[in-house]
Amino acid sequence: MRNSLGREIPDEWLRKTGKEVYRGPSFRCESSYRKAAPTVRSARLDGHSKVVDSIRSVLEKCGVHDGMYFGFHHHFRDGDYVINLVMKEVAAMGVRDITICASSMGTAHDYIDELIEQGVVSSIQSSGVRGRIGEAISYGKLKRPAVIRSHGGRVRAIEEGDIHLDIAFVGAPTCDEYGNARPVGGKSDCGVLSYSMADARYADKVVVLTDCLVLFPNVPASISMTDVDYVCVVDEIGDPKKIVSNVIRETKDVRELMMADYCARIITESPYFRDGFSFQTGGGGAALAVTKLLRRPMEESGVSIGFAIGGIMKAMCDMMDDGLVKKIVDAQVFDSFAIEHIKRNPNHVEISTSEYANPMNKGAYVNRLDFVILGALEVDVDFNVNVITGSDGIVRGAPGGHPDTAAGARCSIIVAPLIRGRIPTVCDRVLTVTTPGETVDVVVTDYGIAINPRRADLLEAYKYSRLPIMTIEELRDIAYGITGRPDPIPFEDEVVALVEYRDGTILDVIRKIKE
Amino acid sequence: MLFLNAQKPSLIKDPYVYRPDSIMLDLEDAVAENQKDAARYSLFHALREIDYRGVERVVRINGLDTPYWREDIRVCVAGGCDSIRIAKTESAGDVIAVEREVEKAEREFGREIGSTLLMAAIESARGVLNVLEICESSERLFGVALSGGDYTKDLQTKISKTGIELAGARQLMVITARAAGVQCFDTVYTDLDDMDGFRAEVEMDKIMGFDGKSLINPRQIAPVHEIYTPTAKEIVFAEKVVREIETKRAQGIGVFTVDGKMIDIAFYDGARKTLAMARAAGVYDGAL
Repeated sequence: MRNSLGREIPDEWLRKTGKEVYRGPSFRCESSYRKAAPTVRSARLDGHSKVVDSIRSVLEKCGVHDGMYFGFHHHFRDGDYVINLVMKEVAAMGVRDITICASSMGTAHDYIDELIEQGVVSSIQSSGVRGRIGEAISYGKLKRPAVIRSHGGRVRAIEEGDIHLDIAFVGAPTCDEYGNARPVGGKSDCGVLSYSMADARYADKVVVLTDCLVLFPNVPASISMTDVDYVCVVDEIGDPKKIVSNVIRETKDVRELMMADYCARIITESPYFRDGFSFQTGGGGAALAVTKLLRRPMEESGVSIGFAIGGIMKAMCDMMDDGLVKKIVDAQVFDSFAIEHIKRNPNHVEISTSEYANPMNKGAYVNRLDFVILGALEVDVDFNVNVITGSDGIVRGAPGGHPDTAAGARCSIIVAPLIRGRIPTVCDRVLTVTTPGETVDVVVTDYGIAINPRRADLLEAYKYSRLPIMTIEELRDIAYGITGRPDPIPFEDEVVALVEYRDGTILDVIRKIKE
Repeated sequence: MLFLNAQKPSLIKDPYVYRPDSIMLDLEDAVAENQKDAARYSLFHALREIDYRGVERVVRINGLDTPYWREDIRVCVAGGCDSIRIAKTESAGDVIAVEREVEKAEREFGREIGSTLLMAAIESARGVLNVLEICESSERLFGVALSGGDYTKDLQTKISKTGIELAGARQLMVITARAAGVQCFDTVYTDLDDMDGFRAEVEMDKIMGFDGKSLINPRQIAPVHEIYTPTAKEIVFAEKVVREIETKRAQGIGVFTVDGKMIDIAFYDGARKTLAMARAAGVYDGAL
């Protein structure tokens, strides 16, 4: 069956999953549902220690068995040890057919590829899949198709009961013996634990893994003792050097700076640039440069940011310290400066991922966002964006909060070079839709800027602008004029991944790559 | 004028996205001795295949003391460049020698005679002293440019940030170019990390009367445009001057004041130039 973007979703998978096809970004707005709930075993009265001496013992106490769903977070990013530590023990116990539901996975988890081959892991449900796992998905190694969800979509799926986590494993920089976990202190500081909050609330069993046991009570706790079954102390939960990068990549690439300048001008020339506006950007070179470039026009026009959403880096913290940002609501920190900043600044606060981006709760921050700057691997003439499949058709990206922020923001801005190597970014039809074009407002490239014709207000706002504004078709023609039209990538019929929209409908499918 | 190594496809494929006024594709210093052929090949195809979207395409050919310059000229003309920059120009004879070869190539490749313009890079003390004869040597010659690196070597000194070592050459070249009615471009600023120093130098160039600057990195384009583009205040004033002079002239009045400043006919051309610059920079679309 075709969805409203014209993507063919095989009936077989609609039947098997009970899902509907995508019907627009507001399709499920204001609909009612009953939230899922975990099974809880209440505590004893003696306030006993929840510390268990090994991962093996924890797994045994949780009654681990074939076919379970495990939750993990990605706050340790490329420095994460937790997934591999747990899964190694699971494999050693002879357990099979596990579904890993991690908020994101990357090169730190290449080891999981081996477990996929062995049948220990049979599926992946995540907001980001990179490295060897991405290849494993694309080559059809999983027993069941992967499910790719946005950050908001993942929390929704947990709260609505689409995913029922049997065990949530929460890596925490500090924890007390009764299960109060914090994202700061210890040796693996990660600033926030936003992505694990839903896991802890909705999983039947919750295990905190830490490498720094602290005195009770470890407060204010991001993960509360009320939700935690066991605490397991391990030697290391991650590599601190890879958890945060202390090197802020301040780009000197002229092309990136030029695109950043275009983005900043799109913001300042728009009707939504006014005192108290809200803003989110990613961690790339151009995105970081936008934050810096906004400083001068903000100072000149006496405009400050009402709230900024994290991923947060030093540049945004500096702006808060200089009185240009009133609040930072943070679901992810990108550098050590931001970690220190959240510890000392009461206006820089940790939020849950549900607060950040869940489309099916009663209100998320993205719904009140004015501007977001996002990247793209491909954008098509309908403004649909692909951030998952590479030019070789292999899964190698992460939607993260892309579809969530694009849907919520008044002005969503995609920034990407028109051509990467010999690959055109703006094209007739993206390989995989991860963010629907009806939620994408502006596409900024090094060759020019396209405004989505659905946004008459923005077209009007930039009518007399000196920015190089053109149509998306013109951008495509320039790109194809230089690179030629790429040959289609050969795929087989087999579906290897389902791309879910944030509301749980099916946006697209990814097929097995032809070997 | 943005310098680009003609041999690097990544540089020459789309420099127009940075919106320079002109690009200078280099066959000379940026290209190794054993790569001259490859660079010419790449240059020819770039000139033929790439739509540079109105950005003028200047090619710097190898010096007349090398075995490369004649073939360089054939490739430039065959490719259809807008202009050729003559390296190490020291006399009118250098320009005339190049002009002869260019005309030969224009005939060979069926290009309109005279369609390929020339500019001369002045890179030595002798060149600076001969700049008037160089400026007046050819109808094709539209401008001269100071090349500070080689010039200071010849002067047995080096580039400093004070600019004192270049002061004489700069002043002499601008005065001479103006006298001869050709354009004059200042040398490159090589410290890419010192954008404040770069801006100060461009501001000085503008005050001195230079028509533009040679650039080595796209990052330097925006400051040059910003400094050379007339401000809104300057545009409004220039409009008033032009209008007042035209009105007063009809009334037989020669000297009068505009916004408290004394104005006479001598201000007319300057005001017209300001408006023309503003129009070229895309910040003015008035009736004048």
